[in-house]
Amino acid sequence: MKSVILQSASRYLLPILLLFSVFLLLRGHYYPGGGFVGGLVAAIAFVLHSLAFGTAETMKMLQFTPLSIIPVGLIIAAISMLLPVFFGLPVMTGLWIEQPIPVVGLVGSALFFDIGVYLVVIGVVLTILFTISLETH
Amino acid sequence: MIDNQIIATVLVHLFTALIQLVLPRKTVEQMILSIAGCLIGFLLSVNLFIKILDGGILTMNAANWEAPFGIVFVADLFSVTMVLLTSVAALAVSIFSAVGVGRARMLYGYFPIFHFLIMGLNGAFLTGDIFNLYVWFEVVIISSFVLLTLGGRKAQLEGAVKYMAMNILASTFFLTGIGILYGITGTLNMADLALKIPLIEDQNIVNLTAIFFLIGFGIKSAVFPLYFWLPSSYHTPPSAVAAVFGGLLTKLGLYALFRFFTLLFVPNEFLKIVFLTIGVTTILTGAFGALIKTNIRRMLSYLIVCHIGFVIGGLGLYNKMALVGAVFYMIHDIMVKTNLFLIAGLIRQLRGTMNMGKLGGIYAEYPKISLLIAVVLFSLVGIPPLSGFWPKLFLLESALFNHSYFYAASIILGSFITLFVIAKLWSEVFWKDASLDEMVVDNFKALKPGRKTLMVLPIAILACASLFIGLNAEFIIQVTDRIANEMIDTTPYTRAVLGK
Amino acid sequence: MELLLVVLIGALYASGVYLILRRSMVRLLLGIILLGNGTNILIFLLGTITKGKPPVMAADMSVFTDIYADPIPQALILTAIVISFGLTSFAIVLLKRVYALLGTDDLDTLNTPQEEDV
Repeated sequence: MKSVILQSASRYLLPILLLFSVFLLLRGHYYPGGGFVGGLVAAIAFVLHSLAFGTAETMKMLQFTPLSIIPVGLIIAAISMLLPVFFGLPVMTGLWIEQPIPVVGLVGSALFFDIGVYLVVIGVVLTILFTISLETH
Repeated sequence: MIDNQIIATVLVHLFTALIQLVLPRKTVEQMILSIAGCLIGFLLSVNLFIKILDGGILTMNAANWEAPFGIVFVADLFSVTMVLLTSVAALAVSIFSAVGVGRARMLYGYFPIFHFLIMGLNGAFLTGDIFNLYVWFEVVIISSFVLLTLGGRKAQLEGAVKYMAMNILASTFFLTGIGILYGITGTLNMADLALKIPLIEDQNIVNLTAIFFLIGFGIKSAVFPLYFWLPSSYHTPPSAVAAVFGGLLTKLGLYALFRFFTLLFVPNEFLKIVFLTIGVTTILTGAFGALIKTNIRRMLSYLIVCHIGFVIGGLGLYNKMALVGAVFYMIHDIMVKTNLFLIAGLIRQLRGTMNMGKLGGIYAEYPKISLLIAVVLFSLVGIPPLSGFWPKLFLLESALFNHSYFYAASIILGSFITLFVIAKLWSEVFWKDASLDEMVVDNFKALKPGRKTLMVLPIAILACASLFIGLNAEFIIQVTDRIANEMIDTTPYTRAVLGK
Repeated sequence: MELLLVVLIGALYASGVYLILRRSMVRLLLGIILLGNGTNILIFLLGTITKGKPPVMAADMSVFTDIYADPIPQALILTAIVISFGLTSFAIVLLKRVYALLGTDDLDTLNTPQEEDV
């Protein structure tokens, strides 16, 4: 699908969608949003790009295989899950920094768990969709 | 009581898998990490087992949300026994995988997926929340899909389609049951459910929900009308994978059945008859299926089905002696079935085939290995005092005591056919002279001594575990006796979880 | 609303079962997906539907004083959807591989004997 309108639109939509996905990720703890939804939006941004330019082009732009960010996300999530153990609390208990940080808001271990989820979702969705679309050709 | 130790085994396997994911192409490092991870997991589970054996039920509220609102992990004796057995089997299989799994499969991520599978099993045994149990089930089946299809040979993919369809269907049934149960009780915590289910006025809907769980777990544990996916898929993957599947995955279904049908839905007369009927038919169909198969692993797949019938029948009798027998049988079966599939892998390494007609002469060539294997085969058949004998004794006695003569007869017939099949295996594979017109492909001799040890050592470990269970039966009976008591009187469980 | 959902669940389950009983692998997969969706709506329905009462408290309150929508069924459904997304995508890739190997999507052809059997 080579359409000039879609190509030029997706060039601008890609950064906006990625920004929106980060917004969703950060507001996720108390409002609708979160790592999963944010990850899906980010993945969809890349999928839109691949629809406009072709999967090979998108993979070239990414410069890393989506598969490789899955372990990174998993490790961030697993460490944030394990952290409370060292404070004598059960696994996965939320730890919070008392003072809110500007723009980001309250920072706690749940945020890092969400960042991990965000990365894993991007990795998984892109891996699956790229695998299916590359096999078709 | 806060105790993170409960899910330490889960965390160990999670982090082993994660570290392995960071080293994607380094198979040797992955192998060493895998064995080390399994060893640590084993030591931690022994520690947990001793702690529960001495103390009592421990619980952990994940994320510090109090039960019944958050997800709770419960370590009672049944759970930790299963976790301990899983760790032993995982240790043996991870050692065997070092030689038994090809490098191509390792490059595709065999080891991380294997550890995710073991993590899922441990989590499923330890959780005290039905939806969390569903999630662990899914972790297990997704990992098992990948392990089953790794390598992508034609037979593997064909088996995987059947396996996938039936397991997703089972999950759907399980999820439907959870949905209805949440709708009528408003809780997902097992202990809370155990208190709330008897108070529901309309017990018909409870029975209906129970049937949903029975079908879902019935497919997973391969009982009579629902087992057909098992013999048509378990013979396809590498033997190390088949060993985990044969030893542990069906037992996960059985564990869930025991948990649900002792804690949540106490069997009434109708359910008891259903379980006994399922048990008898499962024993008979599995046994007759095993009779006609000539491929070792196909035959073993049918034996798995046959022996699940023993355990289900024990649940159907639902008295203390039968439960002791059934749980003892599960303990014995996990060790022996895992080992038998490893042995099938070893035989393939020795001769390049698993067709009994083409095999022969292994005893003449490898007498020591053959004797080791003989111990395992005798344990399976249940020659006293080896491990298969004691649980069958309990089950048979309980069946006769309760006048379930059909079940008693099928235990005897099932054991007899197992004996016949194993005798056939022994004479065809080990005693019969090697046929001269067949090309013998001995991949074992070419291995370095260290790698030979890696193949035989896990079989020896599991054989020792079987011997320990058989010769130390008094200890195992004490353990299973306590498990049966916990199943019949669930107040300690609910009190430990809910704190009242 | 409830009646509509009941009818929808019935339709999804019926068509799911019908498709699973066909011999085509693609239909089998579609049937499994429909059954999964039916189950999700079942959980949603049985979690009792409460309209316009989100489970959010005002800052100065410490307990709920009114009926509120139960958030748990939605969390369960979200988890189930994620899981079924993973399972379905795996199944699609698997069925594509099988189709490439066998050249047919008839379930009855899945019986090639292994090399050890012959």
